[in-house]
Amino acid sequence: MEMRVSDLSLARGGMPVLTGVSFRVSSGAALILRGPNGAGKTTLLRTLAGLQAPLTGEIIGTEDQIAYAGHADGLKAMLSVTENLIFWAEVFGHSDISRALQAYALEPLADRLAGTLSAGQKRRLGLARLLVTGRPIWVLDEPTVSLDTDAVMQFADAVRAHLAGGGIALIATHIDLGIKADVLDITPFRATSTTRAGASDEAFL
Amino acid sequence: MKALLQRDLRLALRAGGGFGLALAFFLIVVVLVPFSVGPETDLLSTIAPGVLWLGALLACLLSLDRLLALDFEDGTLDLLVTAPLPLEAALSVKALAHWVTTGLPLVLAAPVLGLMLNVPGGGYFWLVISLALGTPALSVIGTFGAALTVGIKRGGLLLSLLVLPLYVPTLIFGAEAARRGAAGLEASTPLLLLAGITLACVACMPFASAAVLRMGLK
Repeated sequence: MEMRVSDLSLARGGMPVLTGVSFRVSSGAALILRGPNGAGKTTLLRTLAGLQAPLTGEIIGTEDQIAYAGHADGLKAMLSVTENLIFWAEVFGHSDISRALQAYALEPLADRLAGTLSAGQKRRLGLARLLVTGRPIWVLDEPTVSLDTDAVMQFADAVRAHLAGGGIALIATHIDLGIKADVLDITPFRATSTTRAGASDEAFL
Repeated sequence: MKALLQRDLRLALRAGGGFGLALAFFLIVVVLVPFSVGPETDLLSTIAPGVLWLGALLACLLSLDRLLALDFEDGTLDLLVTAPLPLEAALSVKALAHWVTTGLPLVLAAPVLGLMLNVPGGGYFWLVISLALGTPALSVIGTFGAALTVGIKRGGLLLSLLVLPLYVPTLIFGAEAARRGAAGLEASTPLLLLAGITLACVACMPFASAAVLRMGLK
């Protein structure tokens, strides 16, 4: 399995941010995206996840393969840790959540309401969600925000296990995770003002 | 889909879920009517079907802004879009959950409140059946409105302005069926039209909702 991105141009809020992005990632490999704030990392990852359409270019091999984790964890405060995980597992057609609870040491918190967790614990739960999706391509936007060093280690282990199982990971991060991965600096792809602006509907934003 | 329905119902029933809010609102509005128009039983029984329908419609509107806004804020919508579940199906399920937690209680409470408004004996059946047939359309159209305003801060008022005109056909035929039923007239024609509107909404609206939601999430 392989995902391929060719000559991608992206816009955010009608302003072109990236142009000419091309890369390929094959099974078992990780790609770390780097770039300063506002460079377009989130826009690129949202486009790969299918949440917005690119201006030009094509993305091959991601259809129904992606598990996305953005800035928000998609947790319901009034559901317990277990209920949150079971919900996402069932949405993705699975039922076993024990491996996800174990990977992020969430068993002691299993019956707590998600609303009562700390920021780092919520993030761990949000990342544990990736394990219950069973999707091969992980698209992660700043996954280590508010994690302590132990939790970052748990996360790195989870990513390594995922890659060893033939998965793919695309991670936008500023810290070194200690994972063997290619690094893609997206700064050179920054769109200039001459790049054609967004589709016509963007004019009304 | 079952998981989503279960989750939405469970969330509605937990603290802060807003279950019962619409019902309480409906109750208060209908109780206030005799205070405002006076206690003449003839007048009350004349206006009762219309008041009950309007009350149900406003009560339904009250909970719409929470329908998608909460899921948008905590990122659930983004994740649902990337899930294997078609967005159209997800939104249909959310509309169904909305109906079960607001529309259905309103239907069940209507006969009790009809008593307070002196609805004539034969009118209860038509009142309940018209609400039962009409309220699903309110939820489905409301989901469309919620999808349209998702991501807009303080979108609740805008949502009401957008959705209320779309409720007009349902209100006309629903209240007409209830009125004719209460007056002892033949009521099956407006009832059939009401059912037709509801079925058309249930069949078509989820596609419109999903399309505008995809645009809104960009």
